[in-house]
Amino acid sequence: MPRPGAGLPTPRLTVRDTAAEAIAGIVQRPGRAGLTMLGTVLGVGAFVAVLGLTATSAGQISRQFSVLEDTTVMVADNGPANDVAPPGTYPAIGFPADADAVAGHIKGVAAAGVWWPVALPQGTNFSASQALSGETSQTVNLVAVSPGAVKAMVLTMVAGSPLSTYENDTAQHVAMLNTTTAATLGISAARLPSHPAVFVNGIAYTVVGIYSSAQRVVSGDSGMLIPENTALEDYGNPQPGIGSQEEAQMVIATRTGAAQEVSREIAPAELPTDPHRLVVTPPQNPLKLQGEVNGDLAGLFLILALISLLIGAVGIANTTLVAVLERTGEIGVRRAVGARPRHIAAQFLAESTALGTLGGLIGTCIGVGIVVIFAAAQNWTAVLNPVYTLPAPLIGSVVGLLAGAYPALRAARTSPLAALRHA
Amino acid sequence: MTAPVIELRGLARTYPGPPPVFALRPADLAIEAGDYVAVTGPSGSGKSTLLHLLGLLDSPTAGSYLLDGLDTSALPDRDRSALRGRRIGIVFQAFHLLAYRTALENVLLAELYNQTSRSARLQAAVDALSAVGLGHRLEALPTTLSGGECQRVAIARALVNRPSLLLCDEPTGNLDSRNAATLMELLDQLNSGGLTIVIITHDAAVAAHAGRTVAISDGMLSERIGTGHA
Repeated sequence: MPRPGAGLPTPRLTVRDTAAEAIAGIVQRPGRAGLTMLGTVLGVGAFVAVLGLTATSAGQISRQFSVLEDTTVMVADNGPANDVAPPGTYPAIGFPADADAVAGHIKGVAAAGVWWPVALPQGTNFSASQALSGETSQTVNLVAVSPGAVKAMVLTMVAGSPLSTYENDTAQHVAMLNTTTAATLGISAARLPSHPAVFVNGIAYTVVGIYSSAQRVVSGDSGMLIPENTALEDYGNPQPGIGSQEEAQMVIATRTGAAQEVSREIAPAELPTDPHRLVVTPPQNPLKLQGEVNGDLAGLFLILALISLLIGAVGIANTTLVAVLERTGEIGVRRAVGARPRHIAAQFLAESTALGTLGGLIGTCIGVGIVVIFAAAQNWTAVLNPVYTLPAPLIGSVVGLLAGAYPALRAARTSPLAALRHA
Repeated sequence: MTAPVIELRGLARTYPGPPPVFALRPADLAIEAGDYVAVTGPSGSGKSTLLHLLGLLDSPTAGSYLLDGLDTSALPDRDRSALRGRRIGIVFQAFHLLAYRTALENVLLAELYNQTSRSARLQAAVDALSAVGLGHRLEALPTTLSGGECQRVAIARALVNRPSLLLCDEPTGNLDSRNAATLMELLDQLNSGGLTIVIITHDAAVAAHAGRTVAISDGMLSERIGTGHA
């Protein structure tokens, strides 16, 4: 549009022409462009890879975590409000005799049963049949379990069979041992058909099964499981009350997604007359758990990725500044043919931004590639948060834009005469 | 009556010292449309300072410079840029071509800030290169062109926007005698077509092509009448 001053249209540089000039500037010096981009490629690549790897591994951790956590509900017997048991004894456990069956009627319950650690007098002696010449041990954890609890624990059997409902109902003196306890007592899987026995302070328990591990309640420590009714007969009621470490508890294995609902229903179902006696511990919210794991790691690695980007930015700024100094002659020629300072600035800014964007794109591809290859190698599922991954090339653009700002300003301030003299 | 293409009124350029250098002492000069003027003088006499002022690459410290009747001293940078782009073409001794751009792209560069369509720019650049005899070297890089060809690309770049004034700073300085002669023939032809040309040279043979010769010595302009061939 003609202006009154010179009567000539003000020189303009369209966005399209600016982009074309920037691309030409990059394409004509591919080697230099590549090296300039390297910082951004590494920075953005590290950013995407680090966050992707964090999310992938955290996803894996929390998946393992949550499958069990998600499907386990624990109920503890806090004892009656008024303890009327005779002195020296404890009140009857808060769970009814058919507790396993009651829980089984609740929708979403896979298996449930009552258990408690049996309190033994100090110096209790565990020994195997003398014929087995096993050592004695005093460190075995004796646990009373209902058949439902055995199912909910999900035992990995090495030999024999789990405790049966019949054995519980008739209070048989039978027991299951874990492999550590069995080995200590000299009871091998091969000997099981000969019905070896374990003596606890002289009371014999026939070993019916040996297990190696359990998903719930019992750990890999030395352990011996006996039927719930046998324990009641031999050792009396357990001490109620949370904190006694010996209170009767119920372990419930639920189907995925049912735990919260089961948690709400279990206490009134088991003990309608005094549901508050039973303290229910539902699993932690799985989303919250994953969020916590991811949040901690991502925060740390985000800082590392930002440092990488900063290094990339310094690289672009440095190279662009050198390019401005080297291309002073070009700046002079452009000014001589009518370019305004803003056009010079726009050109250098566009070049550094294009370099940053290109570096960001390549870096994103490399980062995604690393995450996918790593996940595939580990047989994991690659987790790439689109919130970080999709804008990653734009991070490169912003880095290029900021890094090019000072050199571009410097180029724009170069007087045409000084620029031409320099050429 | 139309205004002169160039009119200098007490135009001066002093470089602040210490000590101050009077590169161009207050000078008056009028150059009419179609004039072919040579500015001669020894090295350091102020020739280049005058060319830079005429090309609006530098600003005077005193006086005024009227281009096509327009006082340039009061103009903001955008208008000076517009004048450089549209009314003035400059040819440098060192060509100042972009090494990574083809002959065509170097000429297109001068049209980049013009607000004209890309197709029109391309056509104008091809025409300008054809006019200087390089229609067959459009895609050649400066590194593959001879010195004479490079200078013709530079002239095509200077003329592509159809300026009213062509400024040449020692255009034959980097050329051998044969290429120099070819170039001067080209400039003669352009002047015959009505283009106003100011040529800075210390070469008497080059100055002889011009209709007018202005001498400069220690920043003082003085015009010699009756020299030149035209």
